[in-house]
Amino acid sequence: MLNGTTAEIAERKALRINAAKTCQPIGAMYASLGIHGCMPHSHGSQGCCSYHRSHLTRHFKEPVIATTSSFTEGASVFGGLANLTQALRNIFTIYNPDIVAVHTTCLSEVIGDDIPTIVKRAREEGAIPEGKLVIHTNTPSFVGSHVTGFSNMVASIIKYLAEKTGEARNQVNVIPGFVEPADMREIKRICALLGVPAVVLPDTSAVLDGPLDGEYQMYPKGGTTIPAIKSMGDSLATFALGHFASHGPAVSLEVKHQVPAGLLELPIGVAATDAFVQALRAYSPSGVAEELETERGRLVDMMSDMQQYFHEKRVAVAGDPDHVIALVQFLLELGAKPVYAITGSRGNHFETRLHEILDPVVPDAIIKQSADFFELHQWIKNGPVDLLVANTYGKHIARVENIPFVRVGFPILDRVGHRFYPTVGYAGAIRLIDLMVNALFDKKDRECPEEWFELVM
Amino acid sequence: MNSPAAASISILPDRRDSIARAGEAGNAVACDRGSLAGSVTQRACAFCGSRVVLYPIADALHLVHGPIGCAAYTWDIRGAQSSGPQLFRNSFSTDLQEMDVIYGGEKKLGRALRELIRRHQPKAAFVYSTCIVGLIGDDVSAVCRELSAEFSIPVIPVASEGFKGTKKDGYQAACDAAYRLVGTGDTRDISDRSINLLGDFNIAGESWIIRGYFERLGIQVVATLTGDGRVDDIRRCHGAKLNLVQCSGSMTSLAKRLERDHGIPFQRVSFFGIEDMSAALYGVATFFEDPLLREKTSELVREEIERLMPELREIRTALEGKKAAVYVGGAFKAFSLVRALRTIGMRTAIVGTQTGDRDDYDQLRAMCEPGTLIVDDSNPLELAKFCLEQDVDLFIGGVKERPIAYKLGIGFCDHNHERKEALAGYVGMLNFAREVYASVMSPVWNYTPRRALRLRTAPRENEE
Repeated sequence: MLNGTTAEIAERKALRINAAKTCQPIGAMYASLGIHGCMPHSHGSQGCCSYHRSHLTRHFKEPVIATTSSFTEGASVFGGLANLTQALRNIFTIYNPDIVAVHTTCLSEVIGDDIPTIVKRAREEGAIPEGKLVIHTNTPSFVGSHVTGFSNMVASIIKYLAEKTGEARNQVNVIPGFVEPADMREIKRICALLGVPAVVLPDTSAVLDGPLDGEYQMYPKGGTTIPAIKSMGDSLATFALGHFASHGPAVSLEVKHQVPAGLLELPIGVAATDAFVQALRAYSPSGVAEELETERGRLVDMMSDMQQYFHEKRVAVAGDPDHVIALVQFLLELGAKPVYAITGSRGNHFETRLHEILDPVVPDAIIKQSADFFELHQWIKNGPVDLLVANTYGKHIARVENIPFVRVGFPILDRVGHRFYPTVGYAGAIRLIDLMVNALFDKKDRECPEEWFELVM
Repeated sequence: MNSPAAASISILPDRRDSIARAGEAGNAVACDRGSLAGSVTQRACAFCGSRVVLYPIADALHLVHGPIGCAAYTWDIRGAQSSGPQLFRNSFSTDLQEMDVIYGGEKKLGRALRELIRRHQPKAAFVYSTCIVGLIGDDVSAVCRELSAEFSIPVIPVASEGFKGTKKDGYQAACDAAYRLVGTGDTRDISDRSINLLGDFNIAGESWIIRGYFERLGIQVVATLTGDGRVDDIRRCHGAKLNLVQCSGSMTSLAKRLERDHGIPFQRVSFFGIEDMSAALYGVATFFEDPLLREKTSELVREEIERLMPELREIRTALEGKKAAVYVGGAFKAFSLVRALRTIGMRTAIVGTQTGDRDDYDQLRAMCEPGTLIVDDSNPLELAKFCLEQDVDLFIGGVKERPIAYKLGIGFCDHNHERKEALAGYVGMLNFAREVYASVMSPVWNYTPRRALRLRTAPRENEE
């Protein structure tokens, strides 16, 4: 950095350079923020909580609340029982949330704190007021990634709260995955267009994209309400978007309350959105709304207008596994050639699925789980690309190699649109084309010789 | 103004004695203690403290030994600039996995260091311990010793396990680590008029500005710790005649050790604001006991102030009487900000820090106008309450406070790592004034409920 990476592939056995992932607790914190009236609680040192809040704030440009057990050396020796009990007492006394969602950290995991027992004792001691909820999930930072943490928290929310009354409700559950508030909003809009009542969990829209209303709202309007979460056990079906972030929780709900789980991919691009719409349609009283059909038509129209610019373009995609799997498919729909696809997270499904997708069309594509940006940079030095699609951490590579760069995923620390515009659904795909094709055009406008500089593109 | 929103927010009973008012009797501000478990504290951990202090040493290798998060959240987030090597901006981590936690991470650490040192041949390496390393009992020091011997470079463990305390404790660990370099370099060509700058991190190029002033006065700056830092400079910084310590929390212990072991006196300084910047320069001139130097200093100060006064005056006219809230990491910065705000006509209505001690808070009480709220280790709810109650026009803080200020319709200036403008030195004062002016005077606030209300209820100029 900035140009410290060499083309020569470095043999690495023990080292992570410029990670394409971060740790579990931040994912759990993000998921918890998608419950209405929830205080996420980090059971560990102060720094974890502070880092996660700062990082989420940089991405969303919104206040992010969470409390911490403020571990000290004493707690690290004797366990975090006293800290968590005191924390719960304080949280309910002063911040008065409806629910506290505790996640662990590497520290409390290694100490071996038994959260359910601590919570049970806290309740017996009166630290948790009547009618208030405390749930927890285990998120050791040395296992998985932020996506795992997100998935674990969603599974725990369901495990703790979803109920089955025996009386089916005319609604479906949607687990949207580790996506933006704008994406969750878009998913709700699609459901509404089809007339399908849906419980979206988690739902950070109107939590992390709130308006400026002159007040500091500790618990903004949005978030899945507790009654809605409880009712998930009575839903007709669950649609889980994304293998890594969402399938686990959906399956656990199916096991627990026999709500059939529909396992889909993130609805990015035409086919994936079609699949989602198709799945919802079975529960739609009215069928696919004209508005949605028109939107799809407009997307395909834009794809046809722009296909010549995508044809055979070599693209590198890096990010969270569910996003990369979906984005690669959309790039193929556009005629581009995804040559590198990496994620920092672990999971064989990533490679299996992407080989399935890419082997027939881009047989020499390099696909790798548990990879990092350093590695990707080395590949790019050996085989350049025309476009890079990644989170903000791709920007060093983009600058050094002068590659048009589109930011998608988490985190985005240096641009603004992700907070407002979805990438899921037909509308999201239109936005992605807009970003990608403009990035290609901008480079051409900046760099082409004058005689090639064109007014009309 | 006592807004209903503010009145509805209460204060944690245990936090009441961490809040005081200037000009009123009462006990000292309770501080220097751990955050209450369960509070939404704005504080971080020891690791964070160590990492921000050492990270700007640009030609050293910085390896975070722990699970990935600690490295990920500290990857290139602080605009500490380097005029040369950019190695320090990479994120190196051992990315500890479950097996490492069970069987120990020493071997992995050794391998990671070998790979890195072979590839980058750094002048030194720092290995940061995270919470988990303290628990699983890796002997990081032993690994570092082994690698030091193998490669003949200093490989230095930083005892920065997060749970060891707040950022302050991390600063101490960082100083301990950096001090292992000190005293190992050649000091022969160091002039009699030489200083070190301690506690400046070259955010947005600030160290370069300060260095420039001293060089104009013919004073050699041997090392900056750690802004645009170099291992070789730190090795020989014990040859300087005087240490200037900025950012009281982070580097004072290093200065004290340099005084104890090498007889180098130190002066606590701040480079923020005209008064403090000038005081720092005059302090050095006085130290070297040279009337000519003092004259040259006066000349520099006069020149610099003259250059910025016309614009500063204009800004002051616009900002006169407006109120600010200050919530920063260290108290020394808070002192400077109170003074700098005064320079541009603004009153500090709320001032708080994450790491101030009793003396700091006593000083704040003495220097602020009566009625100013003084808080230690605050949280968003409290800060929002105070901002509304005091009806401030500006908030000065860090990344976590910015969106809160905006939600309330209050202007903001980042005086933390994420500042984009150099705020130190004379030019920094002007940048600061411009930034404050731009945010406070932005037309955007007219569309926020608070100002919209104010506009509606304000008497119109041409009203009969």
